[in-house]
Amino acid sequence: MSNKLTGSVVVIGGGISGMLSALDLANSGYYVYLVEKGPSIGGVMAQLDKTFPTNDCAM
Amino acid sequence: MNVDLCVGCGACAEKCPGKFDDTYNAGLIKRTAIYVEYPQAVPLKYGINPDVCLKLTKDKCGNCQDVCPANAIDYTQTEETITINAGSIIFSPGFTAFNPSKFDNYNYAGFPNVVTSMEFERILSATGPTMGHVTTFPGLPLKPKKKKDKLLAEKRKDPKKIAWFQCVGSRDINKCDNPYCSSVCCMYAVKEAIIAKEHAGGDLDCSIFYMDMRTPGKDFEKYYQNAKEKHGINFIRSKVHSVTQNPDTNDLDIRYVDEMGQIIDDTYDMIVLSVGLEISEETKDLAQKLGIDLTPGGFCKTGSFEPVTSSRDGIFVSGVFNNPKDIPESVLDASAAASAAGDALSRARDTLTLELEKAKEINVAGERPRIGAFICDCGSNIKGVVDCEAVTQYARTLPYVEFADEAMYACSQDAQNKMVEYIKEKKLNRIVVAACTPKTHEPLFQETLSNAGLNKYLFEMTNIRNHNSWVHKNNPDIATQKAKDLVRMAVAKAALAEPLKEEKIDVNDSVVVIGGGLAGMASAKSLATQGYKTHIIEKKEKLGGEAHKLYKTAQGEDVQTHLDELIKEIEQNENITVHCNTSLESVDGFVGNFKSTLKTNGKELDLEYGVAVLATGAKAFVPDEYEYGKDDRIITSLDLDKMFKENDAGLDAINSAVFIQCVGSRQPDRPYCSRVCCTHSIDNAIELKERKPDMDVFIIYRDIRTYGEKELLYKKARELGVIFFRYDVDQKPEVSIKNDKLLIELIDHVLNQPIQIEADLLTLATAIVPRKDEKLANFFKVPLNDEGFFVEKHAKLGPAEFATDGVFLAGSGHYPKPVNEAITQGRASASRALTLLAKKDNLFTSGVVASADPLKCSECGVCVSICPYSAPGFMTDGRFEGKARVNAVLCKGCGLCVASCRSGALHLRGFDTSQIFSQIFALGEVV
Ligand SMILES: Cc1cc2nc3c(=O)[nH]c(=O)nc-3n(C[C@H](O)[C@H](O)[C@H](O)COP(=O)(O)OP(=O)(O)OC[C@H]3O[C@@H](n4cnc5c(N)ncnc54)[C@H](O)[C@@H]3O)c2cc1C
Ligand code: SF4
Ligand code: SF4
Repeated sequence: MSNKLTGSVVVIGGGISGMLSALDLANSGYYVYLVEKGPSIGGVMAQLDKTFPTNDCAM
Repeated sequence: MNVDLCVGCGACAEKCPGKFDDTYNAGLIKRTAIYVEYPQAVPLKYGINPDVCLKLTKDKCGNCQDVCPANAIDYTQTEETITINAGSIIFSPGFTAFNPSKFDNYNYAGFPNVVTSMEFERILSATGPTMGHVTTFPGLPLKPKKKKDKLLAEKRKDPKKIAWFQCVGSRDINKCDNPYCSSVCCMYAVKEAIIAKEHAGGDLDCSIFYMDMRTPGKDFEKYYQNAKEKHGINFIRSKVHSVTQNPDTNDLDIRYVDEMGQIIDDTYDMIVLSVGLEISEETKDLAQKLGIDLTPGGFCKTGSFEPVTSSRDGIFVSGVFNNPKDIPESVLDASAAASAAGDALSRARDTLTLELEKAKEINVAGERPRIGAFICDCGSNIKGVVDCEAVTQYARTLPYVEFADEAMYACSQDAQNKMVEYIKEKKLNRIVVAACTPKTHEPLFQETLSNAGLNKYLFEMTNIRNHNSWVHKNNPDIATQKAKDLVRMAVAKAALAEPLKEEKIDVNDSVVVIGGGLAGMASAKSLATQGYKTHIIEKKEKLGGEAHKLYKTAQGEDVQTHLDELIKEIEQNENITVHCNTSLESVDGFVGNFKSTLKTNGKELDLEYGVAVLATGAKAFVPDEYEYGKDDRIITSLDLDKMFKENDAGLDAINSAVFIQCVGSRQPDRPYCSRVCCTHSIDNAIELKERKPDMDVFIIYRDIRTYGEKELLYKKARELGVIFFRYDVDQKPEVSIKNDKLLIELIDHVLNQPIQIEADLLTLATAIVPRKDEKLANFFKVPLNDEGFFVEKHAKLGPAEFATDGVFLAGSGHYPKPVNEAITQGRASASRALTLLAKKDNLFTSGVVASADPLKCSECGVCVSICPYSAPGFMTDGRFEGKARVNAVLCKGCGLCVASCRSGALHLRGFDTSQIFSQIFALGEVV
């Protein structure tokens, strides 16, 4: 293995988990490529009406 | 599509004749070939589905190119391959909802009023096809054109009875290949039933048919009990075996067997199938290409001690792909994966990210206001109703307005660039934007101000879309008038705006982790790996906490070996200082600047640090029932683990072992589920059976809550011959010792008869109870809930941090959880802390904070007691000793103190009384 590390991360999938991984990494000093196969990010959560257990709006 | 040019106006979709299933609305309606996922999508850019576009398939049409005002449409684009060189990968491809078309007995494909839970989410949603109105035949167009559809639409009604069928596509290997539990469907079914009742009014009858009700998350059990008691939702423990449709009404007749063995027939207007979560074939293929191992259920294989690390070096996973889970857990996974990916690259941190260059701020103090007003059309969103040109003209006539301009999309890049030019050219020193909502767009415009060298608080935004064009669609004249009023008010306020200063917060970048259990160690390890000096404070004599008492994890890993390794790593890490036998004596300060005194074996030590992680865990409940303590054969789950660990000779002599579940949990004095005990007992039952196959093993339970792939253990236990009996909380089993015999009596639900078991060993699956550490909670000003667990910042979006800045949370002090979840949260808390520590040199307070005028302060102390963030305090020295002062670092700008101050001494910067009054007076002005 070479000694050179690349300070960037590819995140595959822009659902709630992918988006938040990307944000945390970008905010702590890593360059992030967020790859999403659909036309927009958000994943299934964006389709939900309200969410348990607080019943606030998913959007 | 040229996405850089698309402004998201939607002119194209209005003219597009191509149609296909709208997957966002779960296929209930169609969408056009050129589309956005949904109106709030990010990015809000249209895209073309090449399979249904008439231009791309048949070289006809081309309407969208004709109407697009931005010239964004390009039919010649082809797929491009881009190569990226990266240090790590996080794979979070999520899931697809199970497709129940294959289930012939529920006839989802044939009956229009059998829908999936995903479809039902869209039916409930205000942005869905029925606009939140619950109705039968949800898949029919609102105004059908086809004759067949018209006939059906005549039968459409508001349902009076809806049933949910649980575990569709989960916990089943006959109809599908999904032996696991999907973890989220019990909770979302309860949620959907509650919301359906809210939408439909009180008389909607909602019934949930289930096998086990699985609500083992934080506050979930209360949610379930409320659904029963407050909302009147029926819970029926039964698997429905057939559904038929009344050909005249399309109502659904169901037949099921209740717990007493009786056959029951009933009729419902609608049936919702609670479909499970599945990993798609596409994702499995990609996982294979990436070379990562999967579990039997198709999820990513991870170990309990590195719960977000795949089998391949450098690839990390999160979300549902890493086992079925809900949003709060996906959020924890996300941060944990970020921590793990970052740990692997820590040497290369900050090498590829760039600092934004800031323009020098122009001093506008003392200048006469020169206001620039920008009126946005938002495509047709505002302009379709409001006469934006007239509003712009009007703005030019207002006092101090130097310049006004109308923009099709004020937020687009070119409009922003122009704004910078106008500010410079016209020497504008206050900006008003009349557009959409400041909630999403204010930061963007403020950034533009900063780029032009203006202090970002010399800005005022007014919402002429959500508050105006959207709600007054049918009254364009009134809407235009209202837009003018809103702009006049904003201008009046902006004229009084002053540049505000954001105070720099010094950040001490060392960390204190309180509690040296698994979660605390995981957190400390990640923070130390990424270069931060970390102190672990542990009150016991050694690290490890409760994990020392455990035998194996649910995945079969030996806890002690892993624990020893982790402790060794922690002790050898140069950046970690471990303080055992230590108590925290005091905490002063705030984010970035905490000070504490520690006491180790009587010796005191002062410590300064910037962030704290609270990982103080929870403990096992000591049972107060079932004759516990009166006979050596009655033990707790942890006692049994100890026997396994020590290979206790007594185990061989046992011929009959009984487990009683929910001891101390899920009852009025402790209304939560302890989450781990079902799996723990099943694991231990399997261990007993494997050691001695002819042993009789019984588990007496209320619901078996082996969520996710833990369900496979439940299956295995049944296959090994473990016998399960169910009991109700108001009819608990009875334990007695008669003639030295240990007897357990209960009512069997299937036979409806009492049964008696003679046991050689009775294991009580005891609750996990919080430490209720009020002292610690007060030190850091963080709340505890009724049960004594810490309350996180946000149940879904902030599960590893507190509302108090700089204080983070991990482990079972948050809620009971197994090894892998404690470590996930440990990592997650580290990742959240890292985002703060990374701002070391540019962490600022907000400019919008309260400030006190000492000359007016009467020292009454109302502000000190009312502020939820403890920002106001009394000065302890100097000329104004005893007067109130607000700490800008702690202030969140909520304004509570301002409203409560009887002396008028408090002001909220940016929202000063004079500014608010100027707006009110401007509203009253007759034009
Ligand atoms: C009916 C229903 C109701 C629910 N209600 C609730 C609720 O009330 N509360 C709650 O907490 N949870 C609820 N859930 C669960 C919740 O939806 C999930 O926990 C959450 O959305 C999981 O997020 P994720 O990021 O793991 O996956 P996803 O949301 O599926 O996101 C994955 C993303 O990755 C993209 N992707 C996939 N493969 C690739 C690839 N190869 N390349 C690039 N991109 C790719 C996908 O397009 C998608 O955008 C519900 C689930 C269902 C089905
Ligand atoms: S038991 Fe599991 S699979 Fe079945 S409905 Fe409940 S959460 Fe879903
Ligand atoms: S035994 Fe534990 S996990 Fe199972 S239902 Fe009871 S409290 Fe919940």
